[in-house]
Amino acid sequence: MSDDPIQLLTETTPRDEERLAALHAVLVARASAESAVDVTYRLVDSPVGPLLLAATELGVVRVAFEIEGHDRVLESLASSVGSRVLRGGDRLDPLARELDDYFAGRRYGFDVPIDLRLARGFRLTVLRHLSAIPYGSTESYGEVAVASGSPRAVRAVGSACATNPLPIVVPCHRVVRSDGSLGGYLGGLPTKERLLALESAG
Amino acid sequence: MKRPFEQAVTEHGAVVLRVCRAVLGPTEADDAWSETFLSALRAWPGLPDDANVRAWLVTIAHRKAVDVARAGARHAVPVAVVPDATAPRADEPEEALPDGELWTAVAALPEKQRLCVAYHHVAGLPHPEVARIVGGTPAAARRAAADGIARLRSTYATDGRVSAHV
Repeated sequence: MSDDPIQLLTETTPRDEERLAALHAVLVARASAESAVDVTYRLVDSPVGPLLLAATELGVVRVAFEIEGHDRVLESLASSVGSRVLRGGDRLDPLARELDDYFAGRRYGFDVPIDLRLARGFRLTVLRHLSAIPYGSTESYGEVAVASGSPRAVRAVGSACATNPLPIVVPCHRVVRSDGSLGGYLGGLPTKERLLALESAG
Repeated sequence: MKRPFEQAVTEHGAVVLRVCRAVLGPTEADDAWSETFLSALRAWPGLPDDANVRAWLVTIAHRKAVDVARAGARHAVPVAVVPDATAPRADEPEEALPDGELWTAVAALPEKQRLCVAYHHVAGLPHPEVARIVGGTPAAARRAAADGIARLRSTYATDGRVSAHV
């Protein structure tokens, strides 16, 4: 440790880090209480890697795999939803618990409120339908297109899945090719395989 | 500002806390920090994307420090941010910081010196920016910061213990 007052004035100590963590928690609580936050987020560990969970006051607005780039996802949430973005708070605790149960095979669906503002038009229609595909089963892109009212929009179904803001919660991993092969997945194919294996074991 | 506000907290939270300590002393710094970031959060979407975030936060912290000091002051001090005699309270040992002696020495500085040390040396703002916040010319801000550091060097003993107040 230096003796120089200038250096001492600018050094952050471990005590400061603790203090800042406590102050940060108070900030999130006060800001949430007065609705001054657009988005809160937290990171959770999962068998498919760290997941970023983000919520607005209305509900869960984004689930992101690490492969999507969590910083990039946060930047994009800040410009599309609002830049008053804070880490922490308890808004995402219920989803974190439900995800734990899901990965443990104890839960087949999600009950948390969701906010689908990041999806519009046909993509939104597709996402709404996806939640109706039961745990453990799959549909083809073509079947989803039919169910969404546009039988010829098979590629658009693919785009809707690829841009699903709420993967896992809105089960786009249950959409596969009509020949049974996996198709694509925004979280990477090994993740899709893993989720489908988990669900078929249940 | 379109960047997530959390980035501002991560990047500048520690510095702003130390600025608040330098200006108000450790006891009231927490309140000033909270008020600063809550207020900054509310105003964040309207801040231009190319703004100097640290200078902006320090400016808010300065105003909040004025509020906190006024609310805490027994006698109204119209201009002073905080009475010069304010020091960390020895009767609250659980609040004592490892570098408490340093903050005591900072608290003992004349107000202008304390503010200029806080905003230049602690926050790292250039003197013209400091002058915009505290008033007066950049040259005066530079002088006050230099005088403040010189005084700290003479009052704050280098073995980490308090020297006699001179």
